[in-house]
Amino acid sequence: MNVILIAVIVLGAVGLVSALILFAAKEKFAVWEDPRIKEVSEVLPQANCGGCGYPGCQGFASACVKAAETGSLSDLNCAPGGQAVMEQVAGILGLQASAAAPKVAVVRCNGTCDARPHGVEFDGVHSCRIQNMTGMGETQCQWGCLGEGDCEAACLFGAIKVNPATRIAEVDESKCTGCGACAKTCPRSIIELRPQGPKNRKVVVLCNNKDKGALATKECKNSCIGCGKCVKACKFEAIELGTNLAHIDPDKCRLCRKCEDECPRGAIHAFNFPPRKPKTQEEQA
Amino acid sequence: MKTFSIGGVHPEENKLSAQSPIRQASLPKQAVFSMFQHIGAPAKPVVKKGDVVKVGTLLGEAGGFVSAPIYSSVSGKVSKVDVALDASDTRRMAVYVDVDGDEWEESIDRSETLVTLAERPELDSKTIIDKIKQAGIVGMGGATFPCHVKLCPPPGQKAECVIINAVECEPYLTADHRLMLERPEQILVGVTLLMKAVGVDKGYIGIENNKPDAIALMTEKASKYPNIQVVPLKVQYPQGGEKQLIDAVIGRQVPAPPAIPINVGAVVQNVGTAYAVYEAVMKNKPLIDRVITVTGKSVKTPSNLLARLGTPFSQLIDECGGLPQDTGKVIGGGPMMGKALISLDIPMTKGSSGLLIMNDKEAKRAEADPCIRCAKCVGACPMGLEPYLLAQVSSQHQWEKAETEDIVSCIECGSCSFTCPSHRPLLDMIRLGKTTVMGIIRSRSQK
Amino acid sequence: MNKLTVSLSPHVHSGDSVQKNMYGVCIALLPAMVCSLYFFGLGAAVVLLTSIASCVLFEWAITKYILGRDKVTIIDGSAILTGILLGFNLPSNLPIWIVIIGALVAIGVGKMTFGGLGQNPFNPALVGRVFLLISFPAQMTTWPVSGTVGYLDAETGATPLSLISSGQIDKLPDHIDLLLGGIGGSLGEVSALALLAGLAYMLWRKIITWHIPVSILGSVTIFTGILHLADHTQYVSPELQLLSGGLILGACYMATDYVTSPMTPKGQIIYGTAIGILTVIIRNWGSYPEGMSFAILIMNAFTPLINNYCKPKRFGEKPRKEAAK
Repeated sequence: MNVILIAVIVLGAVGLVSALILFAAKEKFAVWEDPRIKEVSEVLPQANCGGCGYPGCQGFASACVKAAETGSLSDLNCAPGGQAVMEQVAGILGLQASAAAPKVAVVRCNGTCDARPHGVEFDGVHSCRIQNMTGMGETQCQWGCLGEGDCEAACLFGAIKVNPATRIAEVDESKCTGCGACAKTCPRSIIELRPQGPKNRKVVVLCNNKDKGALATKECKNSCIGCGKCVKACKFEAIELGTNLAHIDPDKCRLCRKCEDECPRGAIHAFNFPPRKPKTQEEQA
Repeated sequence: MKTFSIGGVHPEENKLSAQSPIRQASLPKQAVFSMFQHIGAPAKPVVKKGDVVKVGTLLGEAGGFVSAPIYSSVSGKVSKVDVALDASDTRRMAVYVDVDGDEWEESIDRSETLVTLAERPELDSKTIIDKIKQAGIVGMGGATFPCHVKLCPPPGQKAECVIINAVECEPYLTADHRLMLERPEQILVGVTLLMKAVGVDKGYIGIENNKPDAIALMTEKASKYPNIQVVPLKVQYPQGGEKQLIDAVIGRQVPAPPAIPINVGAVVQNVGTAYAVYEAVMKNKPLIDRVITVTGKSVKTPSNLLARLGTPFSQLIDECGGLPQDTGKVIGGGPMMGKALISLDIPMTKGSSGLLIMNDKEAKRAEADPCIRCAKCVGACPMGLEPYLLAQVSSQHQWEKAETEDIVSCIECGSCSFTCPSHRPLLDMIRLGKTTVMGIIRSRSQK
Repeated sequence: MNKLTVSLSPHVHSGDSVQKNMYGVCIALLPAMVCSLYFFGLGAAVVLLTSIASCVLFEWAITKYILGRDKVTIIDGSAILTGILLGFNLPSNLPIWIVIIGALVAIGVGKMTFGGLGQNPFNPALVGRVFLLISFPAQMTTWPVSGTVGYLDAETGATPLSLISSGQIDKLPDHIDLLLGGIGGSLGEVSALALLAGLAYMLWRKIITWHIPVSILGSVTIFTGILHLADHTQYVSPELQLLSGGLILGACYMATDYVTSPMTPKGQIIYGTAIGILTVIIRNWGSYPEGMSFAILIMNAFTPLINNYCKPKRFGEKPRKEAAK
């Protein structure tokens, strides 16, 4: 009996002392954290994709709370969460969400295996960044998709995949959140983040080849040669000619598809439009 | 016998062309001069389509201090100034010259007579460096770092000796070996010029002892120059690495980057560079040709060719018996650090020390097995790194860890991948990590 | 002409392979194997063959049916090596079924649960051996005397270590017997000379480096030497300790296992020294007469920690005096 009592008393005393130490420590070494960080963090998608430029959702939440002091969330955007999440975040912080157009990734290359033959064989680790270190890679084009799938590995949402038939990465727009992880990892900067567009429709130059016309023609059957026909065809001045390469400004483009008809190389693609009259031969997923 | 202190491997030497004397290669029909034949800023083309050029005419001027001018190695007419596939396997700016005859600039002394430094007492350090700079001489071992930059030490640094890299530790290559056997006196004069240029009175020539004939000949000829010492070295790859060579010859270790060889008082130049320096200073001949080894187990006559820069590789192969049927890979440089080429039309450049043709069996890598943690890569690494760990953290994208493990010290010699019993592509992964980490460091220093 | 191949340098390989290393160790073990057959006859053959066959079979079955991998890994020789080493650590009169259980634990638990070759933290053969030692202490500690030819009916006797452990130091066999193997014990541990010949072969072929064996043997010699000098009635001389039991087998073949030993020379010396000291501690003050297996397993657990703290000397890390100016 006595033994039991002693045990209980000793254990109880040890417990009590420990509790006191723990309590004292908690009070003394407490780190104050803005409770709003936790609240914001809870509404975030918790994908930790890093698309916002911060280390994970927790980091983004602290950045939002910090930005709230300046009174504007304009520089912050959670791409996977989209507008809805940003409005919730703004609500917690008592601010207005700025309207950020949702974006999707577009792979600006259409150099399929028959358009751009693989003349040599790369033997090494299957990584675009490593193949890119060899220089040209397997094809004659030093601008186009390498098809080893670094973007596929970088995507947390399974939205981008290399098509084994064409050896080009393809984006599944229904899954793409526009976080930009693929664009960051692509060694040739082929992937562009573009606004989703009305009804997901957009017109894009699917080429990244900055070589001169004659050379670009030799390198790939589907390349942009920088001829400038599309620039003349566009009534809205939406198309600019860079270094032998046309680029359509998504903000100015009115989706008239004139340029698509005009392009002699078939490098301009219209996404998600209803099928045209029999004339069109391109069908887009 | 001296060698460097950490790691190293000994690949099969395969010096197939060691007994083949240097032959003059025939002139190409069209020569292509890349403006990117060196490390640093590209040269700027100064000719245009239709210009008539001679051997030794300036085609591109240096694009900055760390840069080198490019001279025509043929006479003829400039057919275009456009991008061309070069030895880096990318398309970059180049000058195309259609060859017509072989007319040289008159300023070039084409006589064979040997001119020594004693005969030209008016040459001082500045004149020599200027001439080297004008001639467009770069590191001929393959690194292609502009020669004159190394000869101008940064303020506060003082060179103590010149070390000539005649190690040729890459398997197959014999260009430097043949050059030493056939032009020993010119090389020695070149060394004296380099020593004069940096203002030192001590010169070493490091030669691996798999070239006993070259060691004997150079020692004999060097007896006339009491300041130049021929140092025989134990055969060990990568002894031709600048840092390894300094360690082997004078026993000093260059600290981790950003330290450079001059921090330990050494200036390292390749033996081919020394020869080019002789020609540039004494004969007024800019860098327009070099010795290149064309070799491979299936090549009919592995040879050492004295070829003009800009000659397409396909022509050099034709001179050595044509491209073998079983070709699987063509490498510009040696097998350990050379670059696999995607086309045979690529022209040779200042850094083309060799052209190695591998058959289809040698060309393919074996399938990689899991790492068995045998630590052979750790033992082989000449920089004292842990390649297995660097490859692992690179594949896991742990860049901070890669940085603390000194990934930027890697000299990409390939000893780790060479030695790995599991055939793991260690260097591929380390290169990925190294480039990423260097990018991170660069962006951090810009902030 | 074929399609040209491009890849990053280096374009040549030493020709070394996992197989060459594994079979190299197997070849190094051949002299010891011949000795064990000579001294223990039929029993040695049965135990060794069972052990090798069941290790290979278990590895094949687990890779194929449990892990569902297509690539057959049994040809890399690591399972054969585990089989030989496990067999070498068993007495020659052990029933077949116990040997099979040992092989299952060694391959199944010791190796394949972690993902196969290269992933296991502990030496598989030792995991199997220690499992058997704890589960079947009686069978595992009755050793046939050397020179028997039978299998299960072999005549049993004491080993040098059990004699030391029980204080019968005067009954110990002489040095020549210890060196050649005319003593009782597990299959592979009896002939020190044959094992050292194998070590020389491995060092010559550069399969292993000297660091681990030398640091183990050195630390055992020094530690037991100090004890022997302090009290020679209680502690036997260092050479007896070195030549008896599984010390040489462990130091040359088990502790040097690639997967479970540290990666850097410095780490390997720390690892080896610690194994030596632990072995002597267990032999002298532990309840088991032999401590090699336990010492190696304990240090296997420390290997990741050693790898983390022991870095090789970097090139130019500390610039020499002339370099500093």
